[in-house]
Amino acid sequence: MIEFDNVSKRYADGHEALSQVSFALDTGEMAFLTGHSGAGKSTLLKLIMLMERPSGGQLRVNSKNLNRLHKSQIPYYRRRVGVVFQNHQLLFDRSVFDNVALPLQVSGVERRDIERRVRAALDKVGLLSKEKLNPVQLSGGEQQRIGIARAVVHTPRILLADEPTGNLDPELSAEIMSLFEDFKNVGVSVLVATHDIALISTLNERVLTLDHGRLSEAATLVPA
Amino acid sequence: MSRHKHDTAVPQSSRRSGAVESRRNLGSLLRAYFHNHQKIAAESFARIVAEPLQSVMTMLVVAIALSLPAMLYVGVSSLQQLSGSWDSSAQMTLFLQKGAKDQAIKSLITRLESNDELAEIQYISPVQALDALQDSGGFGGALTLLDENPLPPVLLVVPIADIEGDVPRVELLVRTLSSQPLVDEVQLDMKWLQRMQQILDIGRQITLLLGGALSLGVLLVVGNTIRLAIENRRDEILVVKLVGGTNSFVRRPFLYIGLWYGACGGVIAGLGVLLAQFWLGATVLRLAALYQSDFTLKGLGFDGVLVLVALGGALGLVGAALAVGRHIAQLEP
Repeated sequence: MIEFDNVSKRYADGHEALSQVSFALDTGEMAFLTGHSGAGKSTLLKLIMLMERPSGGQLRVNSKNLNRLHKSQIPYYRRRVGVVFQNHQLLFDRSVFDNVALPLQVSGVERRDIERRVRAALDKVGLLSKEKLNPVQLSGGEQQRIGIARAVVHTPRILLADEPTGNLDPELSAEIMSLFEDFKNVGVSVLVATHDIALISTLNERVLTLDHGRLSEAATLVPA
Repeated sequence: MSRHKHDTAVPQSSRRSGAVESRRNLGSLLRAYFHNHQKIAAESFARIVAEPLQSVMTMLVVAIALSLPAMLYVGVSSLQQLSGSWDSSAQMTLFLQKGAKDQAIKSLITRLESNDELAEIQYISPVQALDALQDSGGFGGALTLLDENPLPPVLLVVPIADIEGDVPRVELLVRTLSSQPLVDEVQLDMKWLQRMQQILDIGRQITLLLGGALSLGVLLVVGNTIRLAIENRRDEILVVKLVGGTNSFVRRPFLYIGLWYGACGGVIAGLGVLLAQFWLGATVLRLAALYQSDFTLKGLGFDGVLVLVALGGALGLVGAALAVGRHIAQLEP
């Protein structure tokens, strides 16, 4: 599903965030992306989201070379990817329902389909009863779950998460991780960037480690 | 696979999400598209109402910029209508020497009647002229104070229709008439008309020029307001782009805001001009009555107001499009 082939990213200021990264993530596979801060985790996710373009190597998603994707095609590509942000990026000028509905609205889904699918997504994260509230009224963990509902409402084939448990206590973090595993189990490719080693060690998933832009992969991870 | 499984918001397998795309036919996409327009039009209006001070100020600027040329237009077209009623006549007024004998005047009239180029000749004696003057214009009281009638005898002559607009022939005729004994002065009424036409032409040009300059002002004001709105909604734009919103989807609410500002400005301008007309109308009517004229202010009317609203809406839309085109493409997550 996602293939990195010797991908490098050098920013305009000369800083090389990623050096010759190669890995592949299959359909229905989940992996953690970990490493010290500044190791290139966010850059790697940004490349998949086409928020940045690689400066070297090839990046293929669903067997399509992203380097050749024209700028005007980017929105349509992003509609097949779901992203969960660390700071959840919810919009506080609208209700929980409208926040979750956003990816469906931009891709021209009909209103009655939107209602059905938004409620299904909210039900999945256990927040169906809060659809009319403003996200401000929710707790941090609830806001993060709304962010997840928004990331999966359009049934993406790829789910990316950048530090999704950054500000949450261990119990809530485990809950959110088990949500991600549910999506993996129905065929979504899930890539979660996190530095929460303790949490990763409790889950039996693949771990990709970035160190100063270089990727290494450990079969099993020793708890820190 | 059955359709209801999509309700779970989780694809059953990666092959299934492709099916979601293909099943959405054109009709459904169009329905969603129009519904989105409707929704965004309403939301944009709600946003404008939520910031009344800022919105009303922008709308007033638009309204003032539209109503100034509109009022000028009303004035010019009213005068146009006034001159229009004289348009066809190339009447000349022959002022004769004061104290000319009736006999001499009669023989002059006989001579003029034999001129092929004159269609009509009307004699107004000094007494008739004084009577007419007393009846009109409110000079009655003042005229009774005069010892003798100050008015000269006058001949009103109308040339044949052929001659109209043929300047050399008219000038020749004026010279012929001026050279007649008894004739003091020949006044060509058309000359006044031409002068007035020229003034009206200048008025029309000023209206266009002013309209053009103020339209440019509307574009800039709406553009600037939209630029600020884009800045305020920066986070939202970035999120929308990240979940796959196209540039045109992101642009849409701002274009509607521009349209609303412009159209509302047009409505205010229309009401303003109608109010001014109503207020001036009574005064104009009184003044016209004084000069025994049936002149009335040719108003903007309902059509005119519609034109103002459409014009305002179009200007707002273009102003917003100019601002949005530059700023939204630059905002990338």
